[in-house]
Amino acid sequence: MFRNQYDSDVTVWSPQGRLHQVEYAMEAVKLGSATVGLKNKQFAVLIALKRAVSELSAYQKKIIPIDDHIGISISGLTADARMLSRFMRTECLNHRYAHDAPMPVGRLIGLVGNKMQICTQRYDKRPLGVGLLVAGYDDQGPHIYQMCPSANFFDCRAMAIGARSQSARTYLEKHFNTFLDSDLNDLVAHGLRALRDTLPNEVDLNTKNVSIAIVGPKTPLRVCDEAELTQYLSLVEGEERRGGGAAATGDAGPAPEAGDERDPQPQVNNIV
Amino acid sequence: MAFMGDMMNPAPLWHNGPAPGAFYNFPGNSSSFGPINHTVQDFKAHSATPITTTTTVIGLKFDKGCVIAADTLGSYGSLARFRDCPRVLKVNDLILLGSGGDYADYQYLKDIIEQKIIDEQCIGDGLQLKPKSLHCWLTRVLYNKRSKMDPLWNNYIVAGIQDGEPFLGAVDKLGTAYEDGTIATGLGAYMATPLLRDAVEKGPLDEESAKALVRKCMEVLFYRDARSFPRYQLGVVTAAGVTVEEPVELKHDWSLAHMIHMK
Amino acid sequence: MLSLNENFPEYAVPGAKQHRFEPYADNGGSVVAIAGEDYAVIGADTRLSTGFSIYTREQKKLFKLSNQTVLGATGCWCDTLTLTRLLQARMQMYEHEHNKPMSTPAVAQMLSTMLYYKRFFPYYISNILAGLDAEGKGCVYSYDPIGHCERSNYRAGGSAGAQLQPLLDNQIGLKNMQNVTEVPLPREKALSLLKDVFISAAERDIYTGDCIYILIITANGIQEEKFELRKD
Repeated sequence: MFRNQYDSDVTVWSPQGRLHQVEYAMEAVKLGSATVGLKNKQFAVLIALKRAVSELSAYQKKIIPIDDHIGISISGLTADARMLSRFMRTECLNHRYAHDAPMPVGRLIGLVGNKMQICTQRYDKRPLGVGLLVAGYDDQGPHIYQMCPSANFFDCRAMAIGARSQSARTYLEKHFNTFLDSDLNDLVAHGLRALRDTLPNEVDLNTKNVSIAIVGPKTPLRVCDEAELTQYLSLVEGEERRGGGAAATGDAGPAPEAGDERDPQPQVNNIV
Repeated sequence: MAFMGDMMNPAPLWHNGPAPGAFYNFPGNSSSFGPINHTVQDFKAHSATPITTTTTVIGLKFDKGCVIAADTLGSYGSLARFRDCPRVLKVNDLILLGSGGDYADYQYLKDIIEQKIIDEQCIGDGLQLKPKSLHCWLTRVLYNKRSKMDPLWNNYIVAGIQDGEPFLGAVDKLGTAYEDGTIATGLGAYMATPLLRDAVEKGPLDEESAKALVRKCMEVLFYRDARSFPRYQLGVVTAAGVTVEEPVELKHDWSLAHMIHMK
Repeated sequence: MLSLNENFPEYAVPGAKQHRFEPYADNGGSVVAIAGEDYAVIGADTRLSTGFSIYTREQKKLFKLSNQTVLGATGCWCDTLTLTRLLQARMQMYEHEHNKPMSTPAVAQMLSTMLYYKRFFPYYISNILAGLDAEGKGCVYSYDPIGHCERSNYRAGGSAGAQLQPLLDNQIGLKNMQNVTEVPLPREKALSLLKDVFISAAERDIYTGDCIYILIITANGIQEEKFELRKD
């Protein structure tokens, strides 16, 4: 994407009917490391690849619990994600306070969407530079939602966002027919394989750079500890890798994502 | 003592969460912070007493649902002024609501609840408000109003189906809320509750026997409660849905009355 | 405010009741909590009443705030409902912010602050908080309605609190006795003592009865128990 004369403000249209500032914000999502979300009939699972800014620093948190039944994983600007997660937590708390029941996932997504839309339409604001995968469980079963800086949101069976996530989506597209009937272990294994496909060949998944969160019936959202991570990672250990970034077949993303295959590895530490 | 600030109206203790005495998403609630904006002295006098009142409302749980009954009289003090005040309300397919106390306050809150249901239907995600949620919401609303010293002078009975199980709960004008198998408000608490508890203790009721029992209670109340009326409404909620009967006339027989001599 | 009786006494109707809105109710109920070396037990009756009528015979008045903290609250039930919801919301906020559950002493302090915040329109509640502290020892905190907080090993509160406390002072505190040595109170003893004091409370206090709901807090979690009381 190149700079042009119609991207000076978020309120400026291009003659083609595009909002360049919003599209630029969509690019910020691809700067963060990849994260995958998928579900079967009972559980929704988030799996994220964590980055360390330097050898000396810890891996940065990718999964944020919102409530007992909702968690998000983020890709893009951390600070924007923290603002959104704070909003979502407050909404969930308020809903519990007033209705003595967990917030329905779809309703929360609707509220967040409305909040994110405002800053795509006002000249004194900027779109948020973060993409979310939301995993939740409510009366209608498990949910995976994708949220974009454009304030679009999508109800998904499986989705991946972040750097080189096209490879993960390719994997998910190939296998999503089997997800609904798989058990939790298989589901997590699928997610790990999808995430592994986004990695360069010399890197592999380990307990340090992977986060897994699981939510389901009678299973409050749980971010797995190291023991559980080891157990899940052993499911896909030693498998032959497809080689990161195989030929992309089709595009599951809501917006054209040319240039997604590169991994920019930003040298700034406000992005995860 | 300037350093202590305004002791009567302290600054909010915390932000961005549920606030004491406030409730969430309620129309006309301009200030969500601060437990009381009125001091005790300047509360609105008009709300300190109910005007047009209704009497007992009865709720009873049976094996597969709940039944609620209430008569249709609106009393103006001791005057039987309005004879068609329905106060058993179908909220949605899961909830039946009964109310006693000030009729205007009930109509005000009924409009808000109905709007809440319409808003929910407009979202169109197929989710429906559940009785426990409405019960909790009413508690918050009524508690908030009482904290402003401007109460909604009502007793509510929420009946419904919560995740397949019958639910029966009550809320009063202070926001006192509880669940029970038998609930009767007003004078009914003294005259109907013993009859209801007696029957429930003998074993679980089915729909027909529960209805018959409630009809019996309405009869007893009509004979003894001076603010009652022979026309009453009965509503039933089961997993099959909510039905509210058209008001029916109670059969009453005063032929024995002349034999009663009060000394 | 224009008051008919005060300003125009000659127009006041004899016998007509001047109705005034009373924002508080007394819904009765008693709580007893006892702390031991590695446990805490807390029990509350399940009768919710107003005046001479009983709202329900099965109202639990104990609130599990975390897996090592339990709050028992009696008094004005609408205040209790509000305070506990608020407490739960704030505890979840704490957990989100600090990535760990709140310890019992932390909850105890926060409860005191929240009560005092409503100093001039108080929550009319008798609160007793029981749980395990950071060292795993049992602890009991008791409060007055406006936030005074005190840690102790045993406490009775609520409508029969004044009748129960002396009995506990005698049996657990071993007060006003000579030549007695204090020994740690075993859990079984605490439990049977708790039942005994409630039986006697139910005899004398009309607001206490029906059933006791007991929670036993240990490092392994919270156990539940029920014990029937007289129902009249």
